[in-house]
Amino acid sequence: MIPASFDYLTADSVEQAIGLLKQHGDEAKLLAGGHSLLPMMKLRLARPNVLIDLRNVAGMRGIKTTARGLEIGALTTHAAVAQSTEVSAYAPLLAEAAAAVGDVQVRHCGTLGGSAAHADAAADEPAALLALEAQFEIAGASGVRTVAARDFFVDMFTTALGPNDVLTAVILPRAFPASAYAKLPHPASHYPVVGAACALAVSGGSIEGARIAITGVGSVPFRATHVEGLLAGIPVHDRKKMESLCAEAARGVEARSDAYAGAEYRVAMADVMAARAVLAAAERAR
Amino acid sequence: MAFTSMMGARVTRREDPRLITGRSTYVDDVKLVGTTYAAFVRSPFAHAKITRIDVSAAKASPGVLAAFTADDMRNVGDVPTAPQIEGLKVPKHPPLARGRVAYAGEPVVAVIAETPAAARDAADLVEVEYEELPAVVDLERAVAGAPYVHDEFGTNIAFTMEINGGDTESAFKNAAVTVSERLLNQRLAPVSIEPRGMVAHWEPGPQHLTLWSSTQIPHLLRTQMAVALGIPEHRVRSIAPEVGGGFGSKLDVYAEEIVAAFASRALDRPVKYVETRSESFMATVHGRDQIDLVEIAADRDGRISGLKVKILANLGAYHQLLTPAIPTLTALMVPGAYDIKNVAVTLHGLFTTEVPTDAYRGAGRPEATYLIERAIDLLAAKLGMDPAEVRRRNLIKKEQFPYASAVGLTYDTGDYHAAFEKALQLAGYDALRKEQEHGRSEGRLLGIGLSSYVEVCGMGPSSALPAPGWGSATVRMEPTGRVTVMTGASPHGQGEETTFAQMVSDRLGVPIDDVVVLHGDSAIVQYGIGTFGSRSTAVDGAALYRALDTVREKAMKIAAHQMEANVGDLEFKNGKIAVKGNPEKAMSIGEVAFAAFRGLNLPPDVEPGLEATRRFEPPNFVYPFGTHVCVVEIERATGAVKVLKYVAVDDCGNIINPMIVEGQIHGGIAQGLSQALYEEIVYDENGQLTNGSLLQYAVPHAGQLPMYELDRTVTPTDVNPMGIKGVGEAGTIGATPAVVNAVVDALAPFGIVNMDMPCKPERVWRVMSGHDGETNEKAAKS
Ligand SMILES: Cc1cc2nc3c(=O)[nH]c(=O)nc-3n(C[C@H](O)[C@H](O)[C@H](O)COP(=O)(O)OP(=O)(O)OC[C@H]3O[C@@H](n4cnc5c(N)ncnc54)[C@H](O)[C@@H]3O)c2cc1C
Repeated sequence: MIPASFDYLTADSVEQAIGLLKQHGDEAKLLAGGHSLLPMMKLRLARPNVLIDLRNVAGMRGIKTTARGLEIGALTTHAAVAQSTEVSAYAPLLAEAAAAVGDVQVRHCGTLGGSAAHADAAADEPAALLALEAQFEIAGASGVRTVAARDFFVDMFTTALGPNDVLTAVILPRAFPASAYAKLPHPASHYPVVGAACALAVSGGSIEGARIAITGVGSVPFRATHVEGLLAGIPVHDRKKMESLCAEAARGVEARSDAYAGAEYRVAMADVMAARAVLAAAERAR
Repeated sequence: MAFTSMMGARVTRREDPRLITGRSTYVDDVKLVGTTYAAFVRSPFAHAKITRIDVSAAKASPGVLAAFTADDMRNVGDVPTAPQIEGLKVPKHPPLARGRVAYAGEPVVAVIAETPAAARDAADLVEVEYEELPAVVDLERAVAGAPYVHDEFGTNIAFTMEINGGDTESAFKNAAVTVSERLLNQRLAPVSIEPRGMVAHWEPGPQHLTLWSSTQIPHLLRTQMAVALGIPEHRVRSIAPEVGGGFGSKLDVYAEEIVAAFASRALDRPVKYVETRSESFMATVHGRDQIDLVEIAADRDGRISGLKVKILANLGAYHQLLTPAIPTLTALMVPGAYDIKNVAVTLHGLFTTEVPTDAYRGAGRPEATYLIERAIDLLAAKLGMDPAEVRRRNLIKKEQFPYASAVGLTYDTGDYHAAFEKALQLAGYDALRKEQEHGRSEGRLLGIGLSSYVEVCGMGPSSALPAPGWGSATVRMEPTGRVTVMTGASPHGQGEETTFAQMVSDRLGVPIDDVVVLHGDSAIVQYGIGTFGSRSTAVDGAALYRALDTVREKAMKIAAHQMEANVGDLEFKNGKIAVKGNPEKAMSIGEVAFAAFRGLNLPPDVEPGLEATRRFEPPNFVYPFGTHVCVVEIERATGAVKVLKYVAVDDCGNIINPMIVEGQIHGGIAQGLSQALYEEIVYDENGQLTNGSLLQYAVPHAGQLPMYELDRTVTPTDVNPMGIKGVGEAGTIGATPAVVNAVVDALAPFGIVNMDMPCKPERVWRVMSGHDGETNEKAAKS
């Protein structure tokens, strides 16, 4: 497991990282926790000539509350997100998704920003961020912009990030204390075969608005908008009803298939996981 | 005192501190000055002609010393295979592919460079052109005819073996009921935590080759390397340093070992190669992979009168060391623990364009146990009987031992009913059935699975094996009273450094810390056959027992002379050789050892020194047995299987260290359960391995395994002086059918009588949704 040779550079600031990206063009890749990029390099599926390590970039790590909401630096590890009391109170869904990633080692190296930027079709946190309607703060050659989750995840391994862009932070504009994550893990990798993220806005004991995102089924996480619509107005104590409405969560999505799980199964499990996430989220609203 | 309490003591494993603190030397830790590194270019195709190889760019790459192809190795022998089966077709198997490849991952070119990275980079520069040939991956098509893996044979059948015991035809003709099923025993990867590795060091001065290899069989490897390379055997030293597991996959001689040694001699430099995990999946032997057609004939009371089995065994592309021998063990064990008088077996060993299969924990016996244990449950379902009762009625009775099985084996000793009833009792079988019934009325999918196994191990009598089967041991008393043991076993996780030291402590009365057990170095240890087939304690342990006897006898003679007593008046007690009735007059073994070393005042007919080398040729195999009970619950929504309870009552004869025995059973069950629920190697129709990585191939984490409730019965064997049977593979052999029987039992409300392994959620879900699965009606139709 030896990668092709590459040069290793470190950036101390976002500006410097962008400068290095510009300088090295297509040849270069940013390095965060390395837990998606390095395995691909070792298998020689990725062969960047230059790695730009973000580890020393100041201000890209940590969790803080600002006027914009809860801001999480892109370099914050899965473990830090999972263990954060702020995240657990503000959006337990994200803490659960982060806690569900891989194993202990992976969670202590891999980063929230890396997971989002990598955009694996079966990643945990992207689904959570989609359901929480996160904003992605991106620094590029022409300045800083924010992109909504809906527009951030474009396709498998493809996001709104341009070649010279750095994802600096993820912002959760709104608290969803009634939110939860459910996952059917792959027995080998523990990546989700199917995962469902649910964030509920609740008022007067009923669902005001539901946000459900599914991962593992399509090439990108998607919102189960049709189920979301049906759930509006349902009392959070009516478990049977909520469960029965989580049908065809993956409607219209072209499902993936591999040696472990076929498309039909993934589509069926989207409903099962969606129902679990919805019920667990509703439980938190009571 | 250590002297009397050592046998049967839970001594913690003496090898563990160094292993778990990383202070141990594995092959990759062997660092010689001037080491070079090999990287292999492997075939991307399952089956192809090689039309052109161009290594010029690789050779010109920085740091590269050589790039070898089959043409460079014309004078080197093939990868060896041992079995001598009548009519066996043996394809040529050059270490580097010559003219064609027959599985994806087969080594074609070896690049040797100054660093691993330089070798790996240069390997990418090798150009090989292939002309693809059809892949052969389907056993039922392979047995039927073309395309062939090896055209020169005009068939894919490497050998056929028939066994007929009794009169199976009339048993079936007269049977009140018969059941039949087609059972798949999927291919598995052994996945030892340490992949294969080797360092070959040719020294041109002394004309001597040292090979460090992650192997289970250092001496056999040495002999085979000498033969393949044409180096006189006394100029070859083979060392198995710390070996991180093998499960049978390192009971082999591999192409890469031959290439590394060849390259070291060609370059006069040490050559190291450690496979990557991906290479391990595609080029280290796999295990299992059979289609078994099983038919049972019985009367209405569930008494089995006949058994017919047809085995299609996937051998892969070539024969590795024991490849064709493995499924013959299936053939010999098909009746399992049951008294079945009429048995007919047909076994076809088949070539496919996949990596060879070979020994993997259980090696042939898990397949046999699986097919008979599933068949018993099918019979019970057909008769509407409790599967426990069907087993009870057919298990071989205690008074039938030694038991001559219909296929020609002699089971040594056993009390199968005792282990069986104990397991049912420990599990609370009757209460479980009630709970199941109640659960079903509430929509819960509970399943209870049984498996009563017997296995053949302690390999074994030389006359019954394709290789020697004896054991060896040296016990050497050092002048200061410490004891050095050299065993012909090659432990790589089994714990003999502890259990053998317990034996020494028990027999010689020395503290366990005064004993060291050496193994795995052909320059230090007398010839040994290695560790596999649950043989080390039953066979090499027996040799050690004999060597300890010899040392004791000599020590008694010396002590008698020194104390001016008659040998007959002495006793070996409490760690001392003492005059009976006069414990004051005594010598410790250490004092005797010093006297023997000093060479003064020895009896006239006794040589100085106190050591013995003994060998043990077992008169028979040993046959451990037991019953496992597994309880599962299936989640209706996802098809996920949860193991709620796992009870195992095993009998491996007398026990030296219960903790180590339990550890072996835990690990064994984990692997057997994992075949039932998680693991499968999947080749696609083009012979491409689709899940050759730990991201896809599911080796379970601790959290995916249940707690085990273990108990035992103790039925000593008479095959060796300690009454010990093997235990390394028993758990694996017993576990797989117990789990699958439980899953199928849980699915009974859906009319299901069989399903394929692994019982992964999707498969179970599909069965419940009516997509797949064998119901009684479907079985009846086919
Ligand atoms: C054994 C194992 C098990 C795993 N299990 C799971 C699982 O169960 N669920 C799951 O979701 N994931 C899982 N993962 C993936 C893990 O979550 C990774 O950590 C994550 O996908 C990538 O984060 P990283 O920080 O390691 O990114 P890296 O590997 O460093 O980078 C990944 C990609 O993102 C880019 N990138 C990284 N940071 C930025 C940034 N700030 N701005 C722009 N681009 C950036 C890199 O250039 C690279 O292309 C597993 C990984 C392993 C090795």
